Amino acid sequence: MLNLAIKKMMRGAEGDMVLECAFSLQKGEFVTLYGRSGAGKTTLLRLIAGLSDPEQGTIRTLEGEIWFDSDNKISLPPQARRAGLVFQDYALFPTMTIRQNLEFAAGNRSHSERVDELLDWIQLREWSKRYPHQLSGGQKQRVALARALAAQPRMLLLDEPLSALDREMRYHLQDKIAELHDRFPITTLLVSHDPAEIRRLSSRVLWLDKGRLIGDDTPDNILKTENRRPL
Amino acid sequence: MPWPSLTPLILTLKLGLWTTLLLFICGVPLAYWLVHGRSFLRLPCRIMVNLPLVLPPIVLGFYLLLLFSPTGTIGCFLEDYFHIRFAFSFAGLVLGSMLFSLPFMLNPMMAGLESLPPSLLEAAYVLGRSRTATLLRVLLPAIRPSLLSALMMTFAHTIGEFGLVLMIGGKIEGITRVASIAVYDEVESFNYRAAHFYSAILLIVSFLLLYLMFLINRRSRTF
Repeated sequence: MLNLAIKKMMRGAEGDMVLECAFSLQKGEFVTLYGRSGAGKTTLLRLIAGLSDPEQGTIRTLEGEIWFDSDNKISLPPQARRAGLVFQDYALFPTMTIRQNLEFAAGNRSHSERVDELLDWIQLREWSKRYPHQLSGGQKQRVALARALAAQPRMLLLDEPLSALDREMRYHLQDKIAELHDRFPITTLLVSHDPAEIRRLSSRVLWLDKGRLIGDDTPDNILKTENRRPL
Repeated sequence: MPWPSLTPLILTLKLGLWTTLLLFICGVPLAYWLVHGRSFLRLPCRIMVNLPLVLPPIVLGFYLLLLFSPTGTIGCFLEDYFHIRFAFSFAGLVLGSMLFSLPFMLNPMMAGLESLPPSLLEAAYVLGRSRTATLLRVLLPAIRPSLLSALMMTFAHTIGEFGLVLMIGGKIEGITRVASIAVYDEVESFNYRAAHFYSAILLIVSFLLLYLMFLINRRSRTF
């Protein structure tokens, strides 16, 4: 699905750092991006989505479409990449109802059936006329996920989507995400710290440390290594 | 004794409405660019936008008059090729007022846009929506209270102008003699009754506009 090799200077809390990594994501894969905070995980998602550009490198799809190429000065805008990024703060549009949030994302391809189906899937159909500020954190997160899917993204980028929720809601939403991936095998890159979540959802883990990729393996192998060498 | 003419008041209302409408249409894309653009020209432009706050209105009026004077190059060109005259005309008043009220329209809009989390705009882009759609359907609705206060401040400020209007428009009855100039005129000719009439109406309208703005701000805070 995606082939990436990039280099970007980052200014972090612990001084300057170079984010430099290369990896491929296969179609339909569910991969977790793992690492301590400040390792460059969110930056990496933003680079893939097209919200910022690396200084050097290439990002291309396995089908051959170039999203970014520093040598040829190509940078596709986020609108053309359609990498469904789900933000940590949900970023729901406050003046639109839940349904309108989904319809806005569906755009011209809007099929009310698709929006209805998504509302049913997140079990919020009877809440569809409410506004985001009337929802709980877990409900907002479900809407953010459904909204990303309404735009029919080519991949899904989840930036610690469950970190702000309580344990019960996390389990419930992990089920939802797993169910989603079984139903529509969309290539997914998840940022997560939670070992249980990583084991439950992903088949592969990329371990990022201070901007470098220091591990690319199955969840079990990465988490075992991590136990021997704590973060 | 007859009532003072209503013409200056109607003219003032017309000037206020045209200025507010046109400045709103130009102001939205300009504010968006000043907040989200990437050009190095943003800083000088921000300074230019705020210049009317410190510049005496009469200075701005003076330069505009020189620029658009029918004997000057630009004024002559506009008149010959486009049949537009800005000096001593209503169109000139609108243009001058638009420049002079620029900070009153743009500053609330920019403050509103800057107060929104960047992720709103980014989310709309990632969902595949264009900049225009994002601006019209996500950003502007989210800053409605700022837009209302921009509209009302611009209108209130425009109807109270004096120096700039006098300089660029003179005081041609029915064309450029707005209420504030009428007040000055009537006082000069010791006609205090008419001066009171125009002044009281300007005072009441300004008070009501500000009152309305406070009400709206209070409601948007409790929302």
